Amino acid sequence: MYRYDEFDHAFVAARVAEFRDQAERRLAGEITEEQFKPLRLMNGVYLQLHAYMLRIAVPYGTLSSRQMRMLAHIARTYDKGYGHFTTRQNIQFNWPALADIPAILADLAAVEMHAIQTSGNCIRNVTADHFAGAAADEVADPRPYAEILRQWSTVHPEFSYLPRKFKIAVTAAERDRAAIQVHDIGLHLKKDADGRLGFAVYVGGGQGRTPMIAKKIRDFLPEADLLSYVTAIMRVYNLNGRRDNKFKARIKILVHETGAQAFAAAVEQEFAALGDGALRLPEEDVAAIAAYFAPPALAPRPEGDAALAAARAADPGFAAWLRRNVHQHRHPDYASLTISLKGIGEAPGDASDVQMDAVADLAEAYAGDEIRVSHEQNLILPHVARADLKAVYDRLVAIGLATANAGLVTDMIACPGLDYCALANARSIPVAQEIAGRFADQARQEEIGDLKIKISGCINACGHHHVGHIGILGVEKKGSELYQITLGGSADEATSIGEIVGRGFGPQEIAGAVETIVETYLGHRTGREESFLAAYRRLGPGPFKEALYGDHAKAA
Amino acid sequence: MQILTANRLLDGEAVWLGPDRLWHETIAAAEVAHDAAAAARLEETGRAALAASHVVDVALVDVELVDGRPWPKRLRERIRAAGPTTRTDLGKQARPATARAA
Ligand code: SF4
Repeated sequence: MYRYDEFDHAFVAARVAEFRDQAERRLAGEITEEQFKPLRLMNGVYLQLHAYMLRIAVPYGTLSSRQMRMLAHIARTYDKGYGHFTTRQNIQFNWPALADIPAILADLAAVEMHAIQTSGNCIRNVTADHFAGAAADEVADPRPYAEILRQWSTVHPEFSYLPRKFKIAVTAAERDRAAIQVHDIGLHLKKDADGRLGFAVYVGGGQGRTPMIAKKIRDFLPEADLLSYVTAIMRVYNLNGRRDNKFKARIKILVHETGAQAFAAAVEQEFAALGDGALRLPEEDVAAIAAYFAPPALAPRPEGDAALAAARAADPGFAAWLRRNVHQHRHPDYASLTISLKGIGEAPGDASDVQMDAVADLAEAYAGDEIRVSHEQNLILPHVARADLKAVYDRLVAIGLATANAGLVTDMIACPGLDYCALANARSIPVAQEIAGRFADQARQEEIGDLKIKISGCINACGHHHVGHIGILGVEKKGSELYQITLGGSADEATSIGEIVGRGFGPQEIAGAVETIVETYLGHRTGREESFLAAYRRLGPGPFKEALYGDHAKAA
Repeated sequence: MQILTANRLLDGEAVWLGPDRLWHETIAAAEVAHDAAAAARLEETGRAALAASHVVDVALVDVELVDGRPWPKRLRERIRAAGPTTRTDLGKQARPATARAA
């Protein structure tokens, strides 16, 4: 993975010292909250309901064991023994004292991590496919490009005060696991007919108050032009984005109001004006960055399949976990595995310090020292020999992280919601927990098959509800929580925005409503091979409305 | 009826202004303003505390009295007064004499 050079070390150390000074002056009353707030936000420090919250960047979701151990250390030493992995592949700590944050940032710097640009109207953490560098179906590892974008965008003087925050995602497989079409810029790394690498470029996707699917404005951008083309997009946005209205300031509104074609033309014009200048990526530089991402040496381990067959027969729990949590690796003797942070009754995305340490140990012992955070709030070990899967599984069982539910109904995304978040209208975590409880039975979950439920506690949509097969949005109505359901959303290569099914449900009703929806699907599907999403796309909302609202369906 | 709340600058802890003009960690200690004039006095103290960098995010909260104690009308404020409903081992509710939010 990428290692800091001297410049990176010096820069991050200087930022830690700067923030220490700012925090000390704030605590001494020398600067006001009005002056301090933008400074703390630049360093990922928010104020939530019960305490400050520190959001730490995990670039494109990649962590080493050493870094994961440091996160465990921070959870134990400065926080309350756990952290929350987010849909931006980052981690948040919910309870740090302001006075401790400079020390936390110094600890992070020691393992080449920071919290810079995890807030504010700048280019945020670039996210990527969590199976990058391992997946059988990718054309190349997309992370070197994410790293190039990270370096280019970090404290970029021109793009540090954009009209609004800006999110970029990169994938390198036809199967989109990075939700690129709901990002401000989505990049799909692919090869042209001559085998050269380049990107399909999507722009103007997003969720929040006004969900939009990104428009493809370039089918193939040669890799060398990545930075100049993205710069051209940023310039058009920076100049024309709506700074007068926060709710209209994201690039999706600009693309929508301008029209994709006209927007693309403006970008092409800017791109042409930039010419073949300093932003062109030299091949050697791309190769130098790519070298950091070279996978661990994957020695042949052909003994795996025989061992797996025996273990599978002897242990049904292991068999279920193999069915759900193991993903195909490009090396036939290896696999990528999902460590579900969605144990039944747990808060989605939360991990304790003990669990983080144990995952770090596992990654070191079995997975080439690499860990990923997925935008679905799970952890991934990307390179594990199939022969070692049983040993890894047994150790996951011991720390309560062997839930065999990847991609199933209980593998839900849920934002922190009203239990923590100052912007929330309703709670998310208890809704997820109750739904998980109802579908806890493994056989029933597997019978239902692939189903993505995504829950947000307010319209900001950190829980990606718009693109959930079943989306749940918490709102506040007359002082109480109310949950609105959307159906048919999806964040893959065939992205769609979910449609509101009807009136909302109270906190006591919402899990039951989800169960009704799932039962309706089971009753209508053509067979097990027709997924929930496929069935919804075939059936439309009718049968679901009918089941949820009965005679009132038409009025709803 | 209203009470005045804020977050303590040092650690972000939710606090409420008491009749003693001090900030308390439990909502039960909050002074209840029964009219607009009393609420304005609370706010004035809050502004001074903000200016003195003791607290941040100062705000009035609508409450009713339940068993003589202030009970916020909004769930958000009840959760601030107790802690996460999903982690009753954390926050104020984990300390003696603080009720849960929901
Ligand atoms: S969706 Fe809303 S409630 Fe949930 S974390 Fe984001 S801002 Fe907070």
